[in-house]
Amino acid sequence: MTRSLTLLPRSLSFRRPSSARFYSLTTSLALVTPLLAALMAGFLYPVARLVALSFSGGTLSHYRRIFTEPLHLEVLFSTIEVAFIVTVASLLLGFPVAYLMAQLGKGLAMAVTACVFIPLWTSVLIRSYAWVVLLQRNGIINTLLVDTGPTEGPLKLIYTQGAVILAMTHVLMPFMILPIYSTLRALPPDYVRAARNLGAGPVRAFVAVTLPLSLPGVFAGSVMCFVLALGFYITPALVGGPNSMLMATLIGQQTTVLLDWPFAAALSTVLLAVTLLFVLMFRRTLSLSKGLNSVY
Amino acid sequence: MTAGEFVSLLGPSGSGKTTALTMIAGFETPSAGRITIGGQDVTFLAPNHRNIGMVFQKYALFPHLTIRQNIAFPLRMRGRMQKTAIARRVEEMLELVQLSEYAERYPNQLSGGQQQRVAVARALAFEPPVLLMDEPLGALDKKLREAMQFEIKRLQERLGATVVYVTHDQDEALTMSDRIAIMSDGRLMQFGTPTELYRQPRTEFVADFIGRMNFIDGDCLDCTAEQTVVRLSERTVLNLPSAANERTRRYNAGTALRLAIRPERMRLTKRGDGGADALPGIVDAAVFIGSTYIYLVRLADRPDASLQVQIAADGVTPFQKNDDVDIVLDGAAAHVFPVMERCAA
Repeated sequence: MTRSLTLLPRSLSFRRPSSARFYSLTTSLALVTPLLAALMAGFLYPVARLVALSFSGGTLSHYRRIFTEPLHLEVLFSTIEVAFIVTVASLLLGFPVAYLMAQLGKGLAMAVTACVFIPLWTSVLIRSYAWVVLLQRNGIINTLLVDTGPTEGPLKLIYTQGAVILAMTHVLMPFMILPIYSTLRALPPDYVRAARNLGAGPVRAFVAVTLPLSLPGVFAGSVMCFVLALGFYITPALVGGPNSMLMATLIGQQTTVLLDWPFAAALSTVLLAVTLLFVLMFRRTLSLSKGLNSVY
Repeated sequence: MTAGEFVSLLGPSGSGKTTALTMIAGFETPSAGRITIGGQDVTFLAPNHRNIGMVFQKYALFPHLTIRQNIAFPLRMRGRMQKTAIARRVEEMLELVQLSEYAERYPNQLSGGQQQRVAVARALAFEPPVLLMDEPLGALDKKLREAMQFEIKRLQERLGATVVYVTHDQDEALTMSDRIAIMSDGRLMQFGTPTELYRQPRTEFVADFIGRMNFIDGDCLDCTAEQTVVRLSERTVLNLPSAANERTRRYNAGTALRLAIRPERMRLTKRGDGGADALPGIVDAAVFIGSTYIYLVRLADRPDASLQVQIAADGVTPFQKNDDVDIVLDGAAAHVFPVMERCAA
């Protein structure tokens, strides 16, 4: 989780306050030291230990195992695939919500924001169990389908990849909505007015101005969603079956069931490397679009 | 408004200037009344169909587009022009505002003055018959602002565009406009040429807002079509010729009035030399500002009333602080307004 937060694009807002001018170097250092120390102890050190563990015995045997046994590669690819689909789904579903929130008056926007935030404050575990309740064999959806008649017997909804994607999209959507919302909110209304004034209809004004100017938020939200999805554990563990195993569940299995720590460490390192790779790719795409860069 | 005219909406902040502009542009719908352009009712027409150019207060240049793309935007949106024609038109506009070498830059790489010129070029690119400007020079420093005032005026005359210009800077409005609409609290106070507004303000608000104005409270002794006799104190009674009162109503004797007179429409003489209608006063301060002297004179029998008098400096012996003087008013240039009636147009 910490990984994704530290690698976010520089800023989500249009105004960038520079506090460097007001605080001396010593003060700044003093202010970041506690967090830095906590990160070192709680994050950097364990990760270093983990990476070291994956090379235990001085061989690359664990890595060879990952890349030679098709099962492990399959899990890796399906993890990336699921993360990708979840990100796209969150974007498609979340953008309109963020746009609505930015357009609405204060009172209504608050209500919608609450609808987005309250699930976020609710434990992931509870939200995932809620999906189990909905999707299980004798769950609400199946009961409804059988009773009203469109299907003969109950469908297999839970323990499928579809269920994993559905539940993860639900859980991760706020992480997409919030950065997009903050970008849209910071967008001066004059841009859209100017576009309308210069002859663009509402749709063209949106496509030519609002959408490109909201891309920083879209990128931030996508990186956040994608990275979180890559390492997601609880939801796939609960609603996904053995056939829809993801990297995090696989790693969990290695450490808690099979007790093969060095191999779990190697898997983790691969996941970490893949995550970093994607984040760098996102950042690169962002920095290549020059006009967008000037928005920041 | 007539076509080709440069009209300013002038008023303090919160007086409804910008709201009026956003309604002309079509971002807001008026609760009453109509907006017509060239005989066509546009009150409920969408902003993109109004064909009005607008320069926004903060320019609203699209940050993700280059200067060239910004200027081409209105032409692309209209979709009636060939690519090459658009390119040619953009070049012309860039030349017009002398920014050809900045075409590939992004707005945030330009200075405030340059961005302002881009905003003007973008608003004029599709040759709108009407151009709206919302305090377009507000963000610039004084020197640049004066240069741009001249520039905008020159451009407007060359293109023959009708301009509605919003500003809270009266000097800007006076120098640039053919006519000025003075606004206060969402209401139009007076609409006229700069000279009219300066010489014949119809309300106290306008008199106060445009230029410097002295006000003295008094009450009416005899206000008729022929003369206006105002009593300022027990001993001081002013008899003004009818001209001063021509635009205002007749008042009943005893009505509280406020006399308004410009600093440059008064003279100072030695006490006793001023004649019957002079106001005796004492000089409180004398300031020499090159071309003129500015005196602050307290009325002798009305210590609460203080007048600013402006006198051309050449060939006059200056008065000193605490000198006893007579103030001689140019009665024809004085205005009389009823007290308590602040907003009536």
